[in-house]
Amino acid sequence: MNSFSIAATTAAIAVAASLGSAAAQSRDTIQIAGSSTVLPFASIVAEEFGQAFPEFKAPVVGSGGSSGGLRQFCQGVGENTVDIANASRRIRTGEIEACNAAGVSQILEIQIGYDGIVFATSADKGDFALEPVHVFKAIAAQVPVDGEMVDNPYTSWSEIDPSLPDQPISLAIPASNHGTREVFEERVINPGCEAAGLPEMEEEAREEACLALRQDVVVEIAGDYTETLARLQSNPDTVGVFGLSFYDQNRDTLKVATVSGISPSLETIASGEYPVSRPLFFYVKGEHIGSVPGIEEYVEFFMSDQMAGAGGALETAGLIPQPAEDSEEVLTNFRERKALTAADVKG
Amino acid sequence: MAETSIQPPAASSTSGGTLRTIRAGLARRHARERRFRAYGIAAICAALSAVVILFGMILVKGVPAFTQATLRLEVFFDPEIIDVEPKPVQAAGQSTADFRREMLDWQRQVTLVNWNRIIEAALRRAAPDMEFDARQGLSIVETSERFVLRDRFVGDPDLLGKTIKLDLLASANADNWLKGNIDRSLPDAQQQLSAPARALADHLEETGLIRQAFAWHIFTNVDSRSAPASAGLAGAFVGSLYMMLVVLVLAVPLGVGSAIYLEEFAPKNRFTDLIEVNINNLAAVPSIVFGLLGAAVFINYFRLPLSAPIVGGLVLTLMTLPTIIIATRSSLRAVPPSLRQAALGLGASRMQTVFHHVLPVTYPGILTATIIGVAQALGETAPLLLIGMNAFVAAVPATPLDQSTALPVQIYLWQGNENRNFFEARTSAAIMVLLGLMIALNALAIFLRARLERRG
Repeated sequence: MNSFSIAATTAAIAVAASLGSAAAQSRDTIQIAGSSTVLPFASIVAEEFGQAFPEFKAPVVGSGGSSGGLRQFCQGVGENTVDIANASRRIRTGEIEACNAAGVSQILEIQIGYDGIVFATSADKGDFALEPVHVFKAIAAQVPVDGEMVDNPYTSWSEIDPSLPDQPISLAIPASNHGTREVFEERVINPGCEAAGLPEMEEEAREEACLALRQDVVVEIAGDYTETLARLQSNPDTVGVFGLSFYDQNRDTLKVATVSGISPSLETIASGEYPVSRPLFFYVKGEHIGSVPGIEEYVEFFMSDQMAGAGGALETAGLIPQPAEDSEEVLTNFRERKALTAADVKG
Repeated sequence: MAETSIQPPAASSTSGGTLRTIRAGLARRHARERRFRAYGIAAICAALSAVVILFGMILVKGVPAFTQATLRLEVFFDPEIIDVEPKPVQAAGQSTADFRREMLDWQRQVTLVNWNRIIEAALRRAAPDMEFDARQGLSIVETSERFVLRDRFVGDPDLLGKTIKLDLLASANADNWLKGNIDRSLPDAQQQLSAPARALADHLEETGLIRQAFAWHIFTNVDSRSAPASAGLAGAFVGSLYMMLVVLVLAVPLGVGSAIYLEEFAPKNRFTDLIEVNINNLAAVPSIVFGLLGAAVFINYFRLPLSAPIVGGLVLTLMTLPTIIIATRSSLRAVPPSLRQAALGLGASRMQTVFHHVLPVTYPGILTATIIGVAQALGETAPLLLIGMNAFVAAVPATPLDQSTALPVQIYLWQGNENRNFFEARTSAAIMVLLGLMIALNALAIFLRARLERRG
């Protein structure tokens, strides 16, 4: 019996000691969090980084969405805060202020390339040639009919436009925790709302009318694209919103819609022809450079030709590379430690 | 009960009538019993068929993931491509730091070698009549395999200029194609692999150079995103192991200790009643709440590292504690008081009574509770998501303080992977591994229980 209690005591002491040392031990692995859109790319770079630099450990890449990642990023400086936040949208003024208030003043912005947002249906469904106005009319709570705002009467895509398939309206869109949602509203809903020709109203009321969605046909997906895909499988009439890279990996089950007559591809998005695309970013905490080993090397490696460059590993995974000059500028800013301030992101 | 249902045989004139009533009701009573039995059997059948369907689906989906398309290629370590200096040897008088730096430089050089060209050359030798370009050819070999070649060379630089037979993993897309996970009749635009690459894969399979080999790497490799075919469970497994160690080390002594105190020593009053009610409530708290608590207390207040098994273990300890306390208390309560009285009567102190006589009898109960608690903790996912254990980690954690994932979280992560065709099977395979572990733990519980009970 004695041996039991001795063992228990030793074990308890060992755990207590390891807890104590945890706070003192310095971290030697880069910690990353944020956007689930950037996550696959960051994970690939992290893995290759660990292979290419035998002296560093592979960074750890967490998810949590752009907003979640930036919130963690802005918690402050120190061992148990993340070093890098991935984001599928630009950091907001409020977030920079929160960061500065918590002592994070060296926010270094790295734009890594572009991502396209596509509308896709099950592969056996009809072809969609969408315009932003179609999407707006399909999902807005109220639409203009003869100069009056009325509750959305449409039940089938062909009622909105005869060129669209006769298929019940059902749309799975990213919920507001995703950076993708913001791009979706900015690049599809707002232009669509504009084109729909709303009657005269005040600026605020107009904004509200544009972004108010009907709940009966719109499913907001808070999880990842797999959940959207599952939604398409359970209700084959659903049109889902995906990232280009996800569609690319599941081409056998998905069929993509054209937007404004342009089919999404690496080429059309890189050239800017395809309207629904957005830049992807990550933000580096300047204060951690030097105390956590390998951050500089990780950034340089990420932006190198073999990763984010044209023909690199990330292009294969679905990232749309940005022009080499842009990458060069991003790296120059990083090397000069040009920190982002609230004034930079306004407007 | 018996007296009310059976009339005394002391016969009167009504006895014939009673008998008739009983006989008339008998058939109905039997029918009622038969019906009840039928309901019971139907309920069991429904439950069993649900289990069979669930397990069947997991097996059908998961078993194929345990074999994987593997290429057997003759790899020539071409000195023209591998143009590096000889591996450094520590010279006499050279400091270890200098040597390590030199070694690191050499390793960096070796990493920069274009290993893909060596793989491409091997493919061309294996299928001389096929036409494909470098990109198409390499798309059927997993991208991690260039590092396999590199590691081989780093381990044995004498391979330079030699040809060896090597097993290389085919890429996830090639594996999908060969296993028929992707409809083969789909047009090019809907296929992941280009037509020449598909033809090459088929050709190599016909000539026996690609075969389905058992995928040991599921158990030995860590998770991978750049090379999905090489993704494995090793990191998650070790992460789970560390968490379970923390749970065992903390929850068992704390839980058993508090149960013994509450049951054997504590006075029975309002206050201990309150504690008992709260422990029961604690057992019913949803696990996600413990996760929130863990994130707030262990990470934000105690500043423990993110994504570390130690934090996961602490959170799961909180979750397992009430289970162990409750089970231990009930097995202590089941010990007959005569045992305690006999010990006390022979002059043993209360402490001696408990530790020498009462506790040993409860070992089987405590053990079962512990193993069931640990098995429950092993399968817990929700609280781990909140403390950052759903991060992508490409390494096996060396200590409980290193970042890692856990088995159930790995299942969650693979389920969300964008390469659905490949990871659907991998996810089910991971579920099978987790279920296997659970069954093994439960079997151990039953075995130990039987053994201890026989001895006791």
